[in-house]
Order: sequence, then structure tokens, then C-alpha cells
Amino acid sequence: MSEITPDLVRHLAGLARILVTDEEVDKFASQLSLIVDSVATVSKAVEGDVPATSHPIPMANVFREDVIEPSLTQGQALSGASDSADGRFRVHAILDED
Amino acid sequence: MTDLTRKSASELVDLLASKQVSSVEVTQAHIDRTNAVGGAVHSYLHVSPESALATAAEIDRKRAAGEALHPLAGLPIAVKDNLTTTDAPTTSGSKILEGWIPQYDATVVAKLRAAGMPILGKTNLDEFAMGSSTEFSAFGPSRNPWDLDRIPGGSGGGSSSVVASFQAPIAIGSDTGGSIRFPAAVTGTVGTKPTYGAVSRYGLIALASSLDQIGPVSRNVLDAALLQDVIAGYDKHDSTSLPESLGSMVEAAKKLDVKGMRIGVIKELTGAGFQPGVQARFNESLALLQAAGAEIVEVSCPSFEYAIAAYYLILPAEASSNLAKFDSVRFGLRVTPEGNPTIERVMAATREAGFGPEVKRRIILGTYALSSGAYDNYYGAAQKVRTLIQRDFDAAFAKADVLVSPTAPTTAFKLGEKLEDPLAMYLNDIATIPANLAGIPGMSIPNGLAEEDGLPVGIQLLAPAREDARLYQVGAALEKMHEEVWGKRMIDFAPELEVK
Repeated sequence: MSEITPDLVRHLAGLARILVTDEEVDKFASQLSLIVDSVATVSKAVEGDVPATSHPIPMANVFREDVIEPSLTQGQALSGASDSADGRFRVHAILDED
Repeated sequence: MTDLTRKSASELVDLLASKQVSSVEVTQAHIDRTNAVGGAVHSYLHVSPESALATAAEIDRKRAAGEALHPLAGLPIAVKDNLTTTDAPTTSGSKILEGWIPQYDATVVAKLRAAGMPILGKTNLDEFAMGSSTEFSAFGPSRNPWDLDRIPGGSGGGSSSVVASFQAPIAIGSDTGGSIRFPAAVTGTVGTKPTYGAVSRYGLIALASSLDQIGPVSRNVLDAALLQDVIAGYDKHDSTSLPESLGSMVEAAKKLDVKGMRIGVIKELTGAGFQPGVQARFNESLALLQAAGAEIVEVSCPSFEYAIAAYYLILPAEASSNLAKFDSVRFGLRVTPEGNPTIERVMAATREAGFGPEVKRRIILGTYALSSGAYDNYYGAAQKVRTLIQRDFDAAFAKADVLVSPTAPTTAFKLGEKLEDPLAMYLNDIATIPANLAGIPGMSIPNGLAEEDGLPVGIQLLAPAREDARLYQVGAALEKMHEEVWGKRMIDFAPELEVK
């Protein structure tokens, strides 16, 4: 049986910064339980010492010369923001007032 | 002049180069076609007739003046809406990006512009390319031109349906687990996922960065080759970009010879679980290849059994990280709850309103797979499975030059059929996912119609990394054999759409 409980869904959604409704929590808990039970087979697939692959085509570090190249202007970078002020992104308070 | 929209891209290129038609005529013909059938098929999220015609007119002027032009200059194209374009909104099928106009072109888009190809519009997709049907697009599904009640595949159902319904001769797609190849199979078209890194992903809105690859969508193999040759190549803006050239796909597509090639049938991707009509057409193609002098061998890839499981851990894990950028600050939607909320509450409200159900499911699943208690058993194990799958491919390619399988287990299913059953939806990708996990190139080409429902089926070709040319060589040869047997192109069997 899977360990995906409604409380865990609420916790994970919180970590992912998604406000979920109670209805979504119940639905995702049952759907994700099935999915997690199904994907859990991977832990049975691997026996012995198998290296992990994170990238399909092996590549060494990719470097370039440390020179300034053209990039977005400040105005361009801010053009998609929902709010900006004084050439900067404007956001809500990081901390609660109380 | 016969209907220009029925011409292949390569035919149109010849007509343009010899000045028998103008780019404005070709572009206008496709715009007219979209005006006639676009409402029913819903391939596009955004159309750009004015800028497409302006590009076309510019190319016509240059051609008339005798200026040197790219071979594909003047050929119109459609682009999947997860590639950034500075002159058109880019949504990736999500409400969270609705109305966003990017400040830079994706490298692939820049290459199309540099080649002088008019961009007709941006095609529909499942939200952030998460899905197999386009039903998870926030802006409504696209429909399969063969049967408007059925899905055109996903996530790139906009691109598959746009070429299958003759609204564009050719299109750009992206493939993370089959999003180019599955739509190609169910719409009777051609789709290629090049080797990982062969085409720059700069400006592609990332889904899973170790799996994503951009590729061509077309109605025949030579057209796909023309397009891959335009979009491939090293790009310093993409750190995973391959530095070496993979050669000319067009040359490979023109060989039309499979004599002496070893074609490997993947034992685990045949038989049980595949619709009878899919399997029957597959067997017929094997016989055709054999009759043309190819050697058919059987190969076994035992770890493929775990490919879907590994994929649905690796993809959500990477996606949950990639999609963290949609935080209401730099671009896209911002939803501000009442009162005096903190940024954290603004982010949560924004992502609740801006993301659809499949995106939320996968972000939550990915967050779980990466959490400290689950990491080793899930994400860590999935990465080891990835190694096993690469080893399976290595062993298979020691025995065969190209591997083949049906592209998908079934023909196109009905809209709504799998919407509430994520696991059933995931199974569509059983044959396409291993290539993404291993980074190798894959292609789906039309493989006839299933007897039981009269709908298109596809055959998938796979080659070792960097050997994309083999796909084009075998694909074009098999396509020619098919056309000799069928008496016409597969797409010519498609029913006529009602024209408004």
C-alpha cells in the first residue's frame, strides 16, 4: 500500500508552493497512491552495484571565456513582471508582519 | 495551380526555388486552409498571418532580386507553443503564462527566421508538454483530423494535427517521452526525436531537462530531414548541445536502400498489450524490410519493463524543479489573495490558479520523489534503471543497426477516455520513453491503418546516439515501399475535413 495520505499531499503541495483545495487533496491522494505503487517497481529492478545515470549523453564541464556578452536590458527583463518599481521586481513581503 | 497545401515541403521548396510559386502564395494557401478547418481541429493557440505574409513577401522580393537564399526560404512552418518567440505570445499551454511575450527567440526559432521561413503560428500542447492527448492544454484540446472525436496525440497534438490537416507543410515539436512520435503515429504523420543535444533547447520551456529534445514534425521523411538539417547544430546557449555535426539527414533520406542492414525487433515491445491492427501492420513492415534485403534479428531489452516507472519518477522530479520559476515574480500570472499576504501566499495562490491538474499532480509527485525519505527508493533507483536501459540498448545495437517497434500500443483514443486515469494515459508512451531515457534518436513513420478501426498506426525506428542518419535512411526507404504497396501516400487516405 502506498504512503500517499491526504496530509502528505497537503505537505508536498505546501513545499511546492501550490495552494490545494480539499477536493484536490483527496483526488490527488488517491491518484498519486496508484501512481506511486506503480512506479515503486524501480526499487526492485536494480540489484547489485549499478551506477546512476543523470544525463543521457556523457559530457564534461562546458566552459567559455569569461567575457561580457549582450544580454537582456533591465527594461526587457522587467517586461513580463506583474509588478516592478525603480527598475526592480516588486514583490510582496517575505515575512509576516506579526 | 493545384492546392498548394497538399504539396509536401520538399515539393514546395522546389516550386519556390524555380519561381513557379511565390512564398506569399504558399503562405496564403495555408492561412486560408486554417481559416477553413482551424476551428474544427484547433491546432493553433496563436496564428500570425500578418508577420508570416510579411516574411513571405520579403523572401519573394529577395528571390526576384536574385539574392542568395537558404534552400528552405519561403517555406511556411508552425512552431509548438513551448518555444519562445518575440513576436507572438508563448504560453506552453498554461494559464500561468497567458499573454506573456518573451524577450528572446528560441535558437530554433532564430534559425527558422534566418532561413527565411514564415512562421504561421504557435501550436497547441498539453500544459508544459505534460500529457499524451492535448487534453491537458489550458486552452482546450486539439482534434485528430482522421476522426475529430479522437485525440491527435500529445503533447504535440497541435503540431501533428496542423500538418495532418494541411494547415502547415511542416512543424516543430518537442519530445520528452514521445511527444513528437506518439502524435505522429496516431495522425499518420512523421515525427523525429533527434539525438539528445543535436538540436539546441535554448528558448524551449523546459519540462525535464535530461529528456527534452526538439525535432521535426512532417508528412514524409524527406521533409523531416530538410527540417532537421535546418535546426540541428551546436549552440553555445545550450550547455547540453553536441559540439559535433551529425551529417546531412537529407542525404541519408535519399539513399533509399536497406540492403544488408540489420533491423532489430525489440521482443519486449511486441505482442501482448499491442492492439491487433498495430501488430499486424508492424509485421507487414518487417516483411517489406526483409524483402528489400534487410536482415531481421530479435533483440531483448529486459529493463524496458521498468522504463515507464523510472520515467514517471525522473520526469516529475525534474519538472517540479524546472517549474519552480513560475513564481509570480518575473513573468506570467500573479494572483494576490485578500489581506496583506506574504510572497509565499501569493506564490501558492498563483500556482493554484495558474496550473492545471496534471501539472499539479506531477509537481507533487516530483516533490515526493525528491524528498529525503523517498529519494533512494524512488529517484535514486530510477536513475539506476536508466543505466540498465542504456545497457540494454548497447547490447541491442551490438546486434542491430536500427531497432524497430510499434510507436504506440493503440490507435488514437477518444477525447475524454483517459482523462481521469493518469496511469492509463502514461501507458501510451511505453515504446517511446526508453529512447528519451537513453538519449538516442527515434522516429515514427506512418505504418498503415488498423483493420479494426481504420485509424493510423505508426512504426518506430531507433538508432544509437548520433546515428540519426540511419533513421532517415531506413525511414525513407520503408516509406517508399509503403507507398508502392498502398498506391498513394498514407496521408491521402485521411478523410476530407468539412470546410467552412
